[in-house]
Amino acid sequence: MLNRSFVVLAVAGIALGAAACRPPAPEVAPTPTVNQDSIDAANAERARREAEERAARERREAEERAARERAAAEERARREAEERARAAMAAARAAFATAIYFELDKAELTSEARAVLDAKLPLLRANANVRIRIAGHADDRGSDEYNLALSQRRAAAAKRYLVDQGIPADRIDVAGFGEERPAAQGSGEDAWSKNRRDEFEIIVGGETLRLP
Amino acid sequence: MTRVLRHSSATMSSAARAWLLLTPLLGVLARPLAAQEPSQGVRIGLTYSAGTRPGLYVLPLRGTNADSIRAILTRDLDFSDRLSVIAPDSGVPVTGALNYPLYARLGAAAVLQLSFNAAGGLHVVVHEVGAGRVLFTRDFPLSGTLHSAEWRFRLHAIADEIERQVTGAPGIAATRVLFVRGGTLWQVDSDGAFERPVSGVTSALGPVWHPSGTKVAYTELRDDGTHVVLRDLATGAVRRISTRRGANSSPAFSPDGRTIVYSSGEDGTDLFSVPMDGGEEYRVTVGRGSTNSQPSFAPDGRRLAFTTSRLGRPEIYITDSDGANPELLTTSGFGDQLYRADPAWSPDGRFVAFSTQIEGRFQVATIGLRDRAVKQHTMEGVNEDPAWAPDARHLVFTSSRSGTKQLWVLDTESGRLRQLTHGPASRMAAWSPRLSTAR
Repeated sequence: MLNRSFVVLAVAGIALGAAACRPPAPEVAPTPTVNQDSIDAANAERARREAEERAARERREAEERAARERAAAEERARREAEERARAAMAAARAAFATAIYFELDKAELTSEARAVLDAKLPLLRANANVRIRIAGHADDRGSDEYNLALSQRRAAAAKRYLVDQGIPADRIDVAGFGEERPAAQGSGEDAWSKNRRDEFEIIVGGETLRLP
Repeated sequence: MTRVLRHSSATMSSAARAWLLLTPLLGVLARPLAAQEPSQGVRIGLTYSAGTRPGLYVLPLRGTNADSIRAILTRDLDFSDRLSVIAPDSGVPVTGALNYPLYARLGAAAVLQLSFNAAGGLHVVVHEVGAGRVLFTRDFPLSGTLHSAEWRFRLHAIADEIERQVTGAPGIAATRVLFVRGGTLWQVDSDGAFERPVSGVTSALGPVWHPSGTKVAYTELRDDGTHVVLRDLATGAVRRISTRRGANSSPAFSPDGRTIVYSSGEDGTDLFSVPMDGGEEYRVTVGRGSTNSQPSFAPDGRRLAFTTSRLGRPEIYITDSDGANPELLTTSGFGDQLYRADPAWSPDGRFVAFSTQIEGRFQVATIGLRDRAVKQHTMEGVNEDPAWAPDARHLVFTSSRSGTKQLWVLDTESGRLRQLTHGPASRMAAWSPRLSTAR
């Protein structure tokens, strides 16, 4: 505003100077006046542009926010799905790793043991590349050395059953550990019954397991 | 009780007697003639008969480490269980001629007189009290760092020789017992000294000695199963004997040391025989899915005892070593008739020691090969896995009677027991043959 007044005064000054130094002009120059309308119009135009920019910005921000939320929701869903898959895999692995148990000095499978072995079949069938090891164990009551052979027969009994169900024999290793690696310490039927067992372990293909 | 088996010549006897008179004088003096003592000819033995224990009086010994030396020898002779050792703690070394009737009254059939020779070795004289004569004279060098395994081993060998002179059969002091502790291989001297691991072994079960005493075989437990390996004790070199996957365990050497028999199989186990110098493996048993394990050779090498589940429960069979003529050994009715295992054929061929379940617990028993008479040797706690000493008289086995599994030594003649190991849980013992070195 100050600037503009100064311009108006300056123009007036120059006009006065010219009038004093030169012969009188044929016409008196019109007195400059402030054109309020054009100022208003410019102001309005500016305001409009600013509003548009603001609106555009807000629209853009809203879109970005929505996109972010969409992505987060997708991520959440993906994570949940992964979690579910992981849980399913963990359940499948746990079912696979479930031990089977034997009667005293016996290497024959009980009906319960056969049911536990049945639960391992889907995972084995869905992952033809997987190799497993069955480790037989004994409680500490028998002869230490005889138990090595007994536990081997326990592992072999489980292998025979899985092979009978169609799992190729060359995918199953067996080992007998006698009473050397007990699952439970102590003496008493509680510990003994936990130690007369076969344990199951994936030795090849465990990282890329597919769910049945 | 005892009688003289062989007589030395009269001259030899009087020479020895004359020499004895000089002994106290020469005890600390240089005696260059010691090596030429007429000990070679003086090989008179007292017969030993089972059930009797001739008295052996051990005279005091003076000098550096005299107490340790006398204590070790006395203990070895006592642990043989064939002599009744009389060894008073106090007293002065006897000089001059022995008053034989006095020792006879003290119950001694023989007197052991010890002194140091000029070379720092041990001068040993054994007197036969009944005949009033010197039975045996010899000088033994004492080498090795004091109280080291080598030094003690020398004394054990001296004790065994003294016993051989007195009873006609050597003792079992210069031997060691291999055993399993914490899943690896340990050994201990026959008198319970120096429990120590066999270096370089990471996993071992069921060790057995090669008849030479220089090699051992055992079962190695790995994540992929069990393997039978052979180890040279001097060099530590290891060779895998088993070739099959699955269970491989329970090695046994033939008495001539040329063959190793072990248990192997993936579904059921059978006995396989392999020549030590390589060559074809031979299948001894055809178990059709049953367990056949724990072979133990008769001393003639022509038969084997082993454990089999072919009857549905573990029982002990004997068979020709080529697998022919398998026969149930443990036929007689005793114990629970549920579980018999761990056969060990005695070095004299007369017995098979084994574990049998009685009232739900393992006990150590022996069965006579000729009359099939069974004798139960243990009652207290759980007792299993017997192994014979080379004298065919003592058994080492695992017992829980002290609260943890420890090795105990049983004299099957007298029933006398002593605890061999005192450290952490110990089991699966194997008694060495008589050894020539401490390592």
